[in-house]
Amino acid sequence: MTAIAHDDARAVVIVGSGASGGTLAHELTRRGIPVVLLEAGKRQSLATFTQVPGDAFAQLTWLDPRTQSGTSTVVQDYPTLPSWTCKTVGGTTVHWTGATPRLRPWEIKARTTYGDVAGTSLADWPIAYDELLRYYERAERRMVTTRRNGVPGLPASNNFKVMYAGAKKIGYKQVHTGYMAINSRPADGRAFCIQQGFCVQGCKTGAKWSTLYTEIPRAEATGHLDLRIECMATRIEHGPDGHATAVVYRDREGKEQRQKARIVCVACNAVETPRLLLLSESGKFPRGLANSSDQVGRNYVHHVGGFIWGLFEKPIESWRGTTLAGIIEDEIVNRPQRGFVGGYHLELCALDLPSFAQVGLPYGWGRSFASIIDDYRNIAGLFITGEDLSRSTNRITLDRRVKDAHGLPVAHIHVDEHPNDTAMRTHAQTQGAKMYDAVGARRVVHTRQTPAAHNMGTARMSARPEEGVVNAYGQSHDVKNLFVCDGSQFPTPGSANPTLTIVALTLRQAEYIERQMSAHEI
Amino acid sequence: MDLDRPIPRRQFLKTTGLLTGVLAAGSPLALIAPSRAWAVELKALTTAEGRTLLMVSRTICPHDKLEDAAYAVVVQSVDADAAGDARTLAMLRAGIRRLGAHFATAPEPERVRRLKAIESSSFFQTMRTQTLGALYATPMAYAYFGYQGEAFSKGGYLYRGFNDLKWLPEVPLEDSGPVPGQGGT
Repeated sequence: MTAIAHDDARAVVIVGSGASGGTLAHELTRRGIPVVLLEAGKRQSLATFTQVPGDAFAQLTWLDPRTQSGTSTVVQDYPTLPSWTCKTVGGTTVHWTGATPRLRPWEIKARTTYGDVAGTSLADWPIAYDELLRYYERAERRMVTTRRNGVPGLPASNNFKVMYAGAKKIGYKQVHTGYMAINSRPADGRAFCIQQGFCVQGCKTGAKWSTLYTEIPRAEATGHLDLRIECMATRIEHGPDGHATAVVYRDREGKEQRQKARIVCVACNAVETPRLLLLSESGKFPRGLANSSDQVGRNYVHHVGGFIWGLFEKPIESWRGTTLAGIIEDEIVNRPQRGFVGGYHLELCALDLPSFAQVGLPYGWGRSFASIIDDYRNIAGLFITGEDLSRSTNRITLDRRVKDAHGLPVAHIHVDEHPNDTAMRTHAQTQGAKMYDAVGARRVVHTRQTPAAHNMGTARMSARPEEGVVNAYGQSHDVKNLFVCDGSQFPTPGSANPTLTIVALTLRQAEYIERQMSAHEI
Repeated sequence: MDLDRPIPRRQFLKTTGLLTGVLAAGSPLALIAPSRAWAVELKALTTAEGRTLLMVSRTICPHDKLEDAAYAVVVQSVDADAAGDARTLAMLRAGIRRLGAHFATAPEPERVRRLKAIESSSFFQTMRTQTLGALYATPMAYAYFGYQGEAFSKGGYLYRGFNDLKWLPEVPLEDSGPVPGQGGT
């Protein structure tokens, strides 16, 4: 392992090792740039991933306390888990399901496409789609996305056969096994998918792309990476000129450490990223770092979500097979006649039995509730992933009443659901029920919103400094050597699972950082 | 859950209650258990309290042919929390009192009625959360519901039925993909 001195001010310090942080670490180190990568969690491996669902959840999930409020049903249904993210080397790329759809051109122009929708803070992305597309293509090659660049799709599972037949019966045209960063054949030095169905517990074959066993070991091999695990960043410091100078963190013994930095990159997912910026408040930046616009933490988006289950007469055994390998693209359109703006994906979904009972069902108990679980062998499943509308009042703040293990205020998540989100979810549930009814379901059930795995928007990009937190490269408007790398940058979420877009933006950001360093701009 | 060993005397002295039963011959659980007799020791709750909570759990998630032994795991989990936290124990005892007399032997509609009356209480919500968390996570539940669990150790489901559904048409190759090892690419 490469050791970088704590007072070495040439280091780029990246906080978080997930889709953005892990990829950025590789991109910078392969260019010869020294990187200190701070990760709050532990390091697992294909060998240490567990096949006991509850143990896997405990092993990988960010379980530090968070508080929440608002009209979102998640507040009542999941009081201790407002969002579902990871605390482990590789971040959410360890538990993600591998879905890598692209945003559509009109989705990155939400303000223009949807117009002035009351109660929203919609914005257009300050990036041309053609430019984003170039980086999508690179990201898809990097992650070996199926159905792109000649990579075959994943084979159809039982669960997908039900989805496909139902979707076709009600007239959907664009239905297939998805754009997945899960190997359909050996590639990238990794195995092919053996349809084991344990995607979110950590993929024990490595068929699913994760920075844990792709980008990070490659960054280590350059000799320029100092990965420090179980190190929790608590504050970014700045000098009198307002430039970031160091990251303060607690090491695994709880001891405070300080790493000097030439550049600081924040990649902690869209809940912890704004928390770290807000925790870095100072005399010069009393509202928190990079927050002269007062936009840090605002415009939090998390996707309209929820499960739809069809209960059939015959066995489906949906747990067999890649968890999310199936997609319907027909509803990814902006057609306000449906009663809402924006689009949604219907994605294949299955859950292991313990998770199905714990998070997969609508609230309930008693005979009717238990009878759904009695049908576990005979269920087919979908998950809704749709664009929720940005609102400046949906935001991450510091909850000074509740402290974490280091004595720091925890993140507070406030979400009031917009009526557009509710209308979209209802539409998707109706369509899902029609699909399953069309192929003989005797019962269809659906859930309310589930804890968000897709967190975005809390340090949004903007062309004008007063309207956002970072520029089109994720660079802070206020602090030139401070970058935001994760989905926090997204001005709006669109309806695509965010990881591909995060990786594409990271590849682009790495080039920008190198150019700026070479030109001695930062 | 100890499905077969006799309870060591020293450990027995530390227990406050004991749930016991015998699995039905030929039940899915009997097939995987080392013995049909089962016993769960309680560290904080009495036997009567344990029986009441077992029936609370069964009323929340009734699966008629699922044995008491499976529900006893839920009680064991609740009891472990109560043994480590006096406030939890007090909360459980208050909840049991609110259920009224003879809850464990009351007919199901009566048990449902009594639970509905306290549905918003932390006692009920704790029992519901614990039931959902513990009841379906055991080998007993896997066997009962026909869930096969992990398959990595057996090479996945790729050649073990992930696509064996025959009552719907096959998906055209352009919308799916080749099964590795079966031609195509």
